[in-house]
Amino acid sequence: MKDSFIKVGDSPSEIVVALAGNPNAGKTTLFNALTGLRQKVANYPGVTVERKEGIWKTKDLSLQLIDLPGLYSLEATSIDEQIALDVLTGKIKGLTTPSVVIAVVDATNLERNLYLVTQLIEKETPLVIALTMVDEAEKNGLNIDTEKLSQMLGVSVVAVTASTGRGLDELAKAVKANIGKKTKVPERLQSENNDHTSRIFKRYSFIAEVVQQSVSYGGQRDHKLSDKIDKVLTHRFWGLVILFFVLLIVFQAIFSWASIPMEFLDKAFGNLADLARTHLPAGIIADLVADGIIAGVGAVLVFLPQILILFLFISILEDTGYMARAAFLMDKIMSKFGLHGKAFLPLISSFACAIPGIMATRTIENPRDRLTTILIAPFMSCSARLPVYTVMIAAFFSDQTILGFISIGAVLMLAMYLLGISAAILIAFILKKTLLKSPPPPFVMELPPYRLPAFKNIIQNMLLRGLLFVKRAGTIILLISMILWALAYFPRYETENNEITEVEKASEQIRHSYAGQLGHLIEPVIKPLGFDWKIGIALISSFAAREVFVSTLSIIYNVGKDQNENNSNLVEAIRIAKKDDGSPAWTPLTALTLMVFYVLAMQCMSTVAVVRRETNSWKWTLLMIAYMTILAYTAAFLTHQIGSLFLKG
Amino acid sequence: MEKKRTLAGLSIGETAVVKEVRGESSITKRLMEMGIIPGVSIEVIKTAPFGSPIQVRLRGYNLAIRRNEAEFVEIIP
Repeated sequence: MKDSFIKVGDSPSEIVVALAGNPNAGKTTLFNALTGLRQKVANYPGVTVERKEGIWKTKDLSLQLIDLPGLYSLEATSIDEQIALDVLTGKIKGLTTPSVVIAVVDATNLERNLYLVTQLIEKETPLVIALTMVDEAEKNGLNIDTEKLSQMLGVSVVAVTASTGRGLDELAKAVKANIGKKTKVPERLQSENNDHTSRIFKRYSFIAEVVQQSVSYGGQRDHKLSDKIDKVLTHRFWGLVILFFVLLIVFQAIFSWASIPMEFLDKAFGNLADLARTHLPAGIIADLVADGIIAGVGAVLVFLPQILILFLFISILEDTGYMARAAFLMDKIMSKFGLHGKAFLPLISSFACAIPGIMATRTIENPRDRLTTILIAPFMSCSARLPVYTVMIAAFFSDQTILGFISIGAVLMLAMYLLGISAAILIAFILKKTLLKSPPPPFVMELPPYRLPAFKNIIQNMLLRGLLFVKRAGTIILLISMILWALAYFPRYETENNEITEVEKASEQIRHSYAGQLGHLIEPVIKPLGFDWKIGIALISSFAAREVFVSTLSIIYNVGKDQNENNSNLVEAIRIAKKDDGSPAWTPLTALTLMVFYVLAMQCMSTVAVVRRETNSWKWTLLMIAYMTILAYTAAFLTHQIGSLFLKG
Repeated sequence: MEKKRTLAGLSIGETAVVKEVRGESSITKRLMEMGIIPGVSIEVIKTAPFGSPIQVRLRGYNLAIRRNEAEFVEIIP
């Protein structure tokens, strides 16, 4: 079926050029080299597929460059390929049909890379080939006659080295020369047969002829270096050991090293808020700016160190080719749970924080695999849950041991982590059987040769991801944080009592606020879990971030605003807290129930924001909130009810 | 009845020529689009620690395929 896609843009700046090519062919490096930071990343409507556009400023023209997802074929078996096809045929709303396509072809992998090219030729697409990795090919003994190649394909071929800029001017010339120019389909590629199998054969036999005529081998095609490295990196035993250490380093980096800049940011924003207070008239304005806006912005930016660090590592791992090896090693285990080998890194990262973890799922090419991973990432007990676990354990489980030396606290922590993992496995399984049900996507993954990553590219990618996070998720996070602030701030608690302390006043404020009222409202619902309305307030406010639970409890129990989970006053306050009827608000069972709830509940507005942005869908986001809430409630309910039975009997 | 040999049954270091890629599924199509078609020479390089995936080499590049996917690829014994 021949769809030809050609269109001349309406005005010079509206000429759209699409970049197509296999993954690992150097397409993104080329895109970065052509657009610099003049890039815009979004999602295509309703899917997890990333839409990358940029402006390519050439000598006399500004071209709109669109980076298609890395593809092996245009015959849509997955969403990525369907989207690429839609872009090329002008079916994407708001995107002009590309006037010319640059096919990025990896010279070290010519035959397979040319497959996509043959499909583009068949559609008579105006085409220019950007040949990358030519130096590497020559080192391996491959000599490519670009003239001959061009002649046999009927398409201009330009050798480029994105990192040095070599060939980019020529590429611009070739692109301009081919705008709107239909490609002639060589006779050998033409076929009346619509059977896709025979078309695949036809393409490859055409490619074989082309390659035979234009490529000469000066020696053995060399995999020696990569093979040597792989002897260790994908070794049955050592490969796994090394992978373990790599993951440990990444995790440690996000978990600990990021905390230095994070604390710095925290302090900086605290100081900024104080500054605002001293310079603004006391009252609503000062509070709004200091505790609402500045705190809200701070809540967004505090994630930047973790995101930047994680993406630094991801860029390095991907560009060197190690990521594919890691997926190779872990795939057997991951596929048992319905996940892709590449899901390992995002999920491990999510133990530090799900926000960079979810963003990291972009390395998973298949959209269905990516979506599953995103939806279960929040179950990996993140670092924000730790203060909650810590304070609960400190209050009721700190002195007990089993077998004389293993502390119950440690056992409980471990149990919480395992609970989260089990929930993730369960949901992945259910998703596989129901909503995401379809034949499992093929794994078929290339193991690219090991390459030295381009430093500039890595930094560029890292900064881009950080910027994207702030722009895309930042707005939602800021909005929700303002709403939560308002809920606790209004209505204002006024009293004529002069002997009331600041701490007591703050406590009364929150109890009478809308948040407090909501706490009362949900009390009947959370009563079967053993929680009273004051705990309810903390549940509501910790939607801002899980660790806010601790500071909210501090306020409610008159311990003061700035306490953390290690504060003995808070621990004591929890132990003696009373419900309205005078009975203890907290028992060991209540503490356990609360922990169980926090393992499973979606208590993080930032995660919601990121999931919404990465899936580009409210449907999936709300679904995730729904099943997490149901799971959390049910598990907490069972914990409390069954626990009560045991204790009574 | 002759026993059909598949890519999954090859040992490390063995090279074979592809006879046919069975099936009608998206896996079959994907394997063929990656260049695994009748006549191509394919070598098994390595197996992952838990038995799957396997690393093969064809047309000058390395590919990782799950063992159950490799069973679709019939080779000339």
